[in-house]
Amino acid sequence: MCSKSGTPSEGRRRGARLGSWVAISGLLLGVAACGTDDPSGGKIELTYRIWDKNQQPAMQQIADRFQAAHPNIHVTIQLTANQEYWTKLQGDATGGSAPDVFWMNGPHAQLYASNGMLLPLSDQLKADGVDLGNYPSALTAIYSYQGKQYGIPKDFDTVGLWYNKKLFDAAKLTYPDDTWTWETVAAAARKLTDASKGVYGILAPPFNQENFYNTVFQAGGYVISPDGKSSGYDQPATISGLKFWTDLMKAGVSPSVKSMTDTYPAQLFESGKFGMYYAGSWNAIEFSKNDTIKNDVDVAVLPQGTKRAVVIHGLANVVYAKTKHPQEATQFAEFLGSKEAAEIQAKTGAVIPAFNGTQEAWVSSMPQFHLRSFLDELPYAVPFPASKNTDAWMTKEAAILGPAWSGDKDVAAAAKELATAMNTALREEQ
Amino acid sequence: MAAVNSLARPRRARRPANRRPGRRPERMWAYLMVAPMTIGLSVFYLWPIAQTFYFSFTRSGPFGGHTWIGTANYRALVDEPSVFQSVANTLFYAVVQLAGIPLAVLLAALLNQRGLRGRSIYRLVYFLPVVTMPVAVAMLWRWMYNGDYGLINQLLSVVGIQGPHWASDPSVALYAVAAIGIWMALGYNMVIFLAGLQGIPTMYYEAAAMDGAGPARMFFRITVPLLSPSIFFATVLTVINSLQMFDLAYMMMSTPGAAAGTANPALPRVRTVSYLFYQKAFVEHDLGFGAAVAFVLLGFILAMTLIQFRLQRRWVHYA
Repeated sequence: MCSKSGTPSEGRRRGARLGSWVAISGLLLGVAACGTDDPSGGKIELTYRIWDKNQQPAMQQIADRFQAAHPNIHVTIQLTANQEYWTKLQGDATGGSAPDVFWMNGPHAQLYASNGMLLPLSDQLKADGVDLGNYPSALTAIYSYQGKQYGIPKDFDTVGLWYNKKLFDAAKLTYPDDTWTWETVAAAARKLTDASKGVYGILAPPFNQENFYNTVFQAGGYVISPDGKSSGYDQPATISGLKFWTDLMKAGVSPSVKSMTDTYPAQLFESGKFGMYYAGSWNAIEFSKNDTIKNDVDVAVLPQGTKRAVVIHGLANVVYAKTKHPQEATQFAEFLGSKEAAEIQAKTGAVIPAFNGTQEAWVSSMPQFHLRSFLDELPYAVPFPASKNTDAWMTKEAAILGPAWSGDKDVAAAAKELATAMNTALREEQ
Repeated sequence: MAAVNSLARPRRARRPANRRPGRRPERMWAYLMVAPMTIGLSVFYLWPIAQTFYFSFTRSGPFGGHTWIGTANYRALVDEPSVFQSVANTLFYAVVQLAGIPLAVLLAALLNQRGLRGRSIYRLVYFLPVVTMPVAVAMLWRWMYNGDYGLINQLLSVVGIQGPHWASDPSVALYAVAAIGIWMALGYNMVIFLAGLQGIPTMYYEAAAMDGAGPARMFFRITVPLLSPSIFFATVLTVINSLQMFDLAYMMMSTPGAAAGTANPALPRVRTVSYLFYQKAFVEHDLGFGAAVAFVLLGFILAMTLIQFRLQRRWVHYA
């Protein structure tokens, strides 16, 4: 099946174990996943796996440039749909046939690094003179584990306060700027809301990256302790960061959680009936193409709580620990993180490249929006919280906090329940 | 006599003699013929089942590697409230799906009437959901179920009813998903019943008509009993499929475009056992626990199927 390297018995054992998982999943889900082709020919064959179809042309362009500079290397790009990317990668990594270089995200970085699936890059980066200071430090931190660097940042995203100018004008409110605080947001949301017209001041879904992580950090709280061993959800500051949102829900200035489940908040915002929306830099391209709101919306930095903060997340290119060509794969990963590659990415406007100084092209790709807000937030950006098995507690966040948003449960009680569940999950991953 | 005997004896002797040496090759051929199926089944089903059973007693890492922990996964399973809720959801879903079978019998009987116009169009319409991708089906229904802008609530508002958020209200979502399940399976069951109906000789109906039986009486006294083997088959399949239901629940509960860690408020009330298995094994990377969940599901399916085979003696008539 998938395994092909190693001694026969080793291969068989590995194949059987993987086979069983694939087959159970096949039984129940109809999923089957098998990996890469064997390299052949005189050239060194590298495989590079990504999940975003929109970025494939840019990735291909970068790979072509790399091949031109390294004629002995051939890179094949594998596109795997986002929904099955992690399941497939996990199976391939277990079977020893994961691609040489692939995209990694924050929640999975430590899982792969701590299980020895990623090649530590620190020494090679030093030898090749790659300076990690070229990337936002909070972003580099996501891919560092136990003092070693496992990924080279590719792109990043931060969250901003998107607002609808038309509704602000109608309510005779000044537009949000960097002087805004939580109180300003709440007051503006109340003024903007006009239930009879179906107009709401703000969209306050129980989403982590866009919503409550930011306010938790702004309140001085934390999601996971720096040593990665305990949950911060029982901390008063963290709870006040959650309460900011549940108070908005209680005040009736946001549509219900059910409404925001049935229709994705970004789509609601695009209807032009919602005053404010905490949304990512990744939403810019979509908003710029929407005829209803493209001339009416703009973005500002996030309002501050007791301090300024924004959660930053971004992808990195990582190298598979069992790659047959560690040196060439690392070279390719380094090139993917280079200024040249970043400039190719910036032109597409799909993502903000991670390489400092190349983001200008992205900012000017949509001059109608004040996209610089997303860069202005970098000095106080906080890494997206993660642990070795992030998904184990992140699925609980939504499940346990949800009832606090809908008003069925007290937010402090829900947060404490979540802290207990999260601490159990964190203990299990040690 | 001697000649006859000498002729007869070898002949009599030859036959068993021929068979005896021939038996082994014959048997070998038989084994050879069933080998692909047997090997396939063993490699892809039996061996993984055995392995899964073994893994359910281990703590398995996301990238292989496991330690024996005895029955800890099963004990954790009993303590986990989401397991109970998922089992309850799944059983409820299966029971509701069974309600689709009488509907399919009735529709099949109606479609089987001779001289019905546009028969193939009806068959196409009912069979279409079966061959449509569940993902596409779920997207369509999410749109119709949308609490604020959906077609169903728009129609209800015409008669002054404020409909619920069908797919995100915990108290109605499972019914809403089950309704889609029935709609999706209807066509498949109808095909089984149509085939069964065509196997019923028309003379029974002619005889019944001569005796003065009406259509309803004919349906219940002739059609249903003679169709009972097909109904039994459909029932067993429906229960097995319902207990394994994953894709529809997954698609209806996930928010397209949403980041990881966002959940539909109705998820706890819709999550099936398969969904829980997926979540535990592949999202939360707890493969051992996932294996235990899968075994509980296997146990349920076995038990339900056994019960059905026991009960069939009471109501299934093989003509």
